[in-house]
Amino acid sequence: MTSAEFAWRIRRHAIEMTCKSNSSHIASVLSIADIVAVLYNEVMKTFPDCPNNDERDRLILSKGHAGVAVYTALAEKGYFPLNDLKTYCSNGSLLSGHISHIVPGVEFSTGSLGHGIAVAAGMAMAAKVDGKKHHVYVIIGDGECNEGSVWETALIANQFRLSNLTVIIDHNKFQSLTLCEDTLELLDLSQKWESFGWSVININGHDYNEIKTALLYRDMEKPVCIVAHTVKGKGISFMENNILWHYRPPQGDDYFNAIEELEAMKP
Amino acid sequence: MRNEFVEELCYLAKNDKDIILITGDLGFGVLNKFWDLYPKQFINSGICEQAMTSFASGMAVEGKTVFTYSIGNFPTLRCLEQVRNDICYTKANIKIVSIGTGFAYGTHGISHHTTEDIAIMRALPEMRIFSPCDPVEAVVATREAYEHKGPCYIRLGKGGEPTLNKSSVLSCKEAILLKDGKKTAILATGSIVGEALLSAEHLQKSNIDCAVYSFPMIKPIDISSVNYILNKYEYIFTLEEHTIIGGFGSTIAEIAAQNTNSSQVIRLGINDTFCSEVGSQAYLRSFCGIDAEHITKRIVDRVKSK
Repeated sequence: MTSAEFAWRIRRHAIEMTCKSNSSHIASVLSIADIVAVLYNEVMKTFPDCPNNDERDRLILSKGHAGVAVYTALAEKGYFPLNDLKTYCSNGSLLSGHISHIVPGVEFSTGSLGHGIAVAAGMAMAAKVDGKKHHVYVIIGDGECNEGSVWETALIANQFRLSNLTVIIDHNKFQSLTLCEDTLELLDLSQKWESFGWSVININGHDYNEIKTALLYRDMEKPVCIVAHTVKGKGISFMENNILWHYRPPQGDDYFNAIEELEAMKP
Repeated sequence: MRNEFVEELCYLAKNDKDIILITGDLGFGVLNKFWDLYPKQFINSGICEQAMTSFASGMAVEGKTVFTYSIGNFPTLRCLEQVRNDICYTKANIKIVSIGTGFAYGTHGISHHTTEDIAIMRALPEMRIFSPCDPVEAVVATREAYEHKGPCYIRLGKGGEPTLNKSSVLSCKEAILLKDGKKTAILATGSIVGEALLSAEHLQKSNIDCAVYSFPMIKPIDISSVNYILNKYEYIFTLEEHTIIGGFGSTIAEIAAQNTNSSQVIRLGINDTFCSEVGSQAYLRSFCGIDAEHITKRIVDRVKSK
């Protein structure tokens, strides 16, 4: 399967899941679908039959509200049955709206922003102390960069030269209520992270080759920060760059139109 | 207590390279022995309690036994949500160590008065709470927290606390009878147990033979001993250097509420207010009416009024 096909499947599942459960954050899921697809399809060492294999690479989704992207990727990889995705956010389900470690393959629970990045740094530190070779990836949001703990972690990861840690910023320029720049100006994110001692790469977060190259990049001395320029709602024209879809579930005509668009662009 | 904690941790780390001590840039002159002996197991995360706590969780899920160290409310209230989500929900093998709890840093002001921590930590699922009264209990608490593969909070004093346990302590999991008595008992936790013992001495002048129990572990609490005490004594007082809301006294009162034979429980602690003055630990105990002199009067008034 190509990463384009993998990402398409993530998006297709995501529309179904958020429609059926009448739940939020579809635009955030679509924003990172391509990055998550490349991680699971081409980059990370994974062991679906043995999720806790110590040699696996780790992914923490710090922006836990986009958990559907990871749930669907894990199901596609065989960590649990695809059929389980239908239970998302329903009574009695393990699949909560914000990602939880009780789901096979999920490394850590998040949902409150600014936690996952520090957890990932701790995992990278443990690996470094023990001389283990796996890599730790963490996806954070640009809005999440409002959280002070993100910058605390930026200091810590530099201090301990966590070269086995890669942070991917989903830089879709939107946060909960409006644009990031109209909320708390982030200005030049690259410059900020560089000034904290990180090795920074800017990419188009929807270009599979650029994503793969960046995810495989290692700096022997520094943690890596990938500023992935993305489009919130990517792949469904009427959801793109429209803050409405941070919260609105796709229902009625919106659902059918989204499915129609996706089917038309199936790789 | 803090020195004994560090000594015990050094002893445990001798045979366990997976013990990690993370400090939030505190412990000057206290943590040096561990730092010197086990530099690869010592991390100064800087003044970042929130990231420190999540970072510790990341190390714990990778198999480390992590002790986070700071003072007062910094490793608990400052990063409460990290404690709840990243430590407790994941059952992370982390021991939160706070130094200078209660009024130990009394002159430093309200920011350093650690007087709501038990109530808040107690409300978190999976969290165990150790609250030793002296260096003897502090050593056992450290060891038992280490042996438990899950979240713990170790509430310590600052240093120089007198030894109140005259015989060895086998476990913190059980109530410890420090002084026997009849009809009246004080149940206490933390270094303020010393005030309870002093009060028991004073009470003898009023012909009140008061028992004193130390509870070095608050959650889970030794419920069978609590019920035994509730049934045995006629006058029961709880004492803590902490708000009377939600802490140790509340724990006892909750058990009493389920015990149809229980005597009435009177909770002695800080009365839902911040101190309007600063001062030494001894001064603030007196100011809040929880030193030996004040609690003796409360007990005498209560016993003689009946």
